[in-house]
Amino acid sequence: MSAHEAASIGLTHGGSEDTGLGHRGPESKSIVVPYGFWLFVLSDMVLFSALFATYASLVHATDGGPTTIQLFDRKLVAVETLALLLSSFTCGLAMIASHRRNIVWTQIWFAVTGLLGLLFLCIELYEFTHMIGEGAGPQRSAFLSSFFTLVGTHGIHVFSGLLWLGTMMAQLWAKGWRQHVERRLLCFSIFWHALDIIWVAIFTIVYLIGTLP
Amino acid sequence: MSPIFGKLTWQAIPFQEPIPLITSIVVIVALAAIALWITRIKAWPFLWNEYITSTDHKKIGIMYIVLGFVMLVRGFADAIMMRAHQFLAVGQGQGYLTPEHYNQIFSAHGVIMIFFVAMPLVIGFMNFVVPLQLGVRDVAFPTLNNVSFWLSASGALLVNMSLFLGEFARTGWLAFPPLSEKAFSPGVGVDYYLVALQISGVGTTLTAVNFVTTILKIRAPGMSYMRMPVFCWTSLASSLLMLAAFPVLTATLALLMLDRYLGFHFFTNDGGGNSMLYMNLIWVWGHPEVYILVLPAFGIYSEIAATFSGKPLFGYRSMVVATLAICILSFTVWLHHFFTMGAGANVNAVFGIASMLIGIPTGVKIYNWLFTMYGGRVRFTVPVHYLIGFMLLFVGGGLTGVLLAIPPVDFIVHNSLFLVAHFHHVIIPGVVFAILAGYTYWFPKAFGFTLDERLGKLAFWGWFIGFNLAFMPSYLLGFWGGTRRMQHISDPTWKPWLGVELVGAFFIAAGIAFLAIQLFYSIKTRDQRRDVTGDPWDGRTLEWLTLSPPPHYNFAVLPDVHGEEAYWHRKQLAIERATLIPEPAYQPIEMPVNTPTGVIVAFFATVCGFALIWYIWWLAIVGLIGAFAVFVWYAWQDEHEHIIPVEEVIKNSRERRRIRQQNLQNLSQSV
Repeated sequence: MSAHEAASIGLTHGGSEDTGLGHRGPESKSIVVPYGFWLFVLSDMVLFSALFATYASLVHATDGGPTTIQLFDRKLVAVETLALLLSSFTCGLAMIASHRRNIVWTQIWFAVTGLLGLLFLCIELYEFTHMIGEGAGPQRSAFLSSFFTLVGTHGIHVFSGLLWLGTMMAQLWAKGWRQHVERRLLCFSIFWHALDIIWVAIFTIVYLIGTLP
Repeated sequence: MSPIFGKLTWQAIPFQEPIPLITSIVVIVALAAIALWITRIKAWPFLWNEYITSTDHKKIGIMYIVLGFVMLVRGFADAIMMRAHQFLAVGQGQGYLTPEHYNQIFSAHGVIMIFFVAMPLVIGFMNFVVPLQLGVRDVAFPTLNNVSFWLSASGALLVNMSLFLGEFARTGWLAFPPLSEKAFSPGVGVDYYLVALQISGVGTTLTAVNFVTTILKIRAPGMSYMRMPVFCWTSLASSLLMLAAFPVLTATLALLMLDRYLGFHFFTNDGGGNSMLYMNLIWVWGHPEVYILVLPAFGIYSEIAATFSGKPLFGYRSMVVATLAICILSFTVWLHHFFTMGAGANVNAVFGIASMLIGIPTGVKIYNWLFTMYGGRVRFTVPVHYLIGFMLLFVGGGLTGVLLAIPPVDFIVHNSLFLVAHFHHVIIPGVVFAILAGYTYWFPKAFGFTLDERLGKLAFWGWFIGFNLAFMPSYLLGFWGGTRRMQHISDPTWKPWLGVELVGAFFIAAGIAFLAIQLFYSIKTRDQRRDVTGDPWDGRTLEWLTLSPPPHYNFAVLPDVHGEEAYWHRKQLAIERATLIPEPAYQPIEMPVNTPTGVIVAFFATVCGFALIWYIWWLAIVGLIGAFAVFVWYAWQDEHEHIIPVEEVIKNSRERRRIRQQNLQNLSQSV
């Protein structure tokens, strides 16, 4: 249903006492789509909260194997975090450029976002392979199982985000500005910032607390 | 293990076991016959265009309900096999099912009844009813809705495939570790369970996103929160629960998959794993799941109580508050499923009290339904039979629940037949009766003719008597120490009670048979039972405003809502003035187009799932890439809507107005 039609029905309503949200009738797609996507992101956060709970309850179940303080390297994670947070910033710049209908800068900032995301993933992969090489793989102990699952699930999300970003850049390049393309860019930026929020929690709960003396 | 076929060999087909083999052959022959028949009457294009690829919430709702009823027959076949076996496997008797087979049957029964009967039926009613009651044309994301359905169907298909290829889990419906770990369940059974539930669980999460968005953002003008019908409120509460609970299920099952497939140590006995973590996580999903099912059922009862009593629902506001109270409380009680874990007296007391608290809002609801009926002109139709049967039984089921919420009592009856009796006592009258009542109530809206009353009442008595006979003795057996899931019962004095329970199962079978006969008879005599008005029950909510069956776009012009009971208000006004409201200004309508996205995505999900179960890695990768390709292909399309011309809208709407005008005249002549 178009916004125009809903508005025309609203007029026939003629000053009723009702001031509820339903008064105007159905919301337009530009409201409904990001709203629905927000809900999806929230459900994703619930999924992560289950993984955080698992990590928190298994973090000391090392089965005689390596512990957090022996494994984590704050400097490496600092670089990783910087890359991801910067990518959120450039994603914001890309969105500003898209509001100005500047296709060149939009694409450039999205490309930078993607590259920073890729850098983040590479560092994570390096960390993972390094740990597995040292005999601290996910099969070693319940603690390591939960570490690899929590951090790895975030990594898979970043990877899916990169696939999505690539698709969106291709759509923008092939089709230019369309309403549905713009809605999806907004959803993508919600997703990308949400991954940052999750990462901040991982950084704090896993790495920061894990490397406290 | 072959690189091409993984673990799949000819041994996967149960040649040695006659029961699954014959059942599989019968099912395959029946499916082939149905496919052949559809081909003969050339109905494939109709099915493809009108149902399979449809983005119409009503069609998707009907598909969910069909899936649910078909799976009900499957789940019930498991049930009657178990009851027959229990009767025969007492004392000297050995029954006819081996322990391996019996364990698969009770696991499959639980999984199918919850995930592929109750869930599709509840979601089916939400799909069909909610947009109509809100006075709008579709849900927020119609294509996503179609995808959700096909993902559920994909899960159902995989569970049923286990009958013919390999085996199903022998672990009970929640697959508790360490039994469900690779070390103790090395076969494909648990993998079937995990993969099927992952796929359908994703579908359910997407449904939740869709319905929360729809109910909060897409309502007719004037349809404020406190004017929404109670079924919409309960659907909202249920969707919120799904949104918050199903991701936990996804995470939990994923962790168990990691344990099984990659040798992780979440729930294993070694490596520092903790199987009680699984209990906590799965019940954080599992307890809200109970309310995901029962809240919409309460909504159905509320609609029925008001309509057939000819009165507004008593205590509408308290009903809304009670619904939301249950919604929140349901997340605070998960530990009562394992008081015996040994969390300590204080923890158990907190969860016991929280569990008992849920009885309060539920009690509020029972009184509201009673007071709705009190002083009303109750029409004793089939839905009202279910409503009264529900209230009589559910109070008892709720009371045994309060008993179970007392930790010391729970220590005695934990894992016993008492528990089995309790949850069937709440789920069958609570959810199944509501579904059957809702099916009778909304059937004319969906298909344009009513169901036969007499056969419907026979079906009700089959279910009502059958339920009581089949489960009440279990309370006694539970008190006497009967443990659940036993393949053999050593005490011969229990045989008469097990006999009563078997007779009960036969009564329920008769109830199901009457439902089938009712459907065929009603279709046969549909010309005498047409619902020409679109309002066969003198309804009060907006779905009765439009035609039966409604046009694709539901309403020619979105109705303007001026109070609670949107349609009742409008109807009374028209009767008072003996005329309809003036003809509105019609406009062309934009509707979503059909899409094969859902069925293709589900196809690749099924392929990928099947490959994971049988360790066929290359095929799993093909499935994943296929699903991603469909996603990109769908995203690339531009046209997701088509326009219905104004002439068609006017033609349909004038026809409806002509019928309604005629009705008004008949009414004024009769007065």
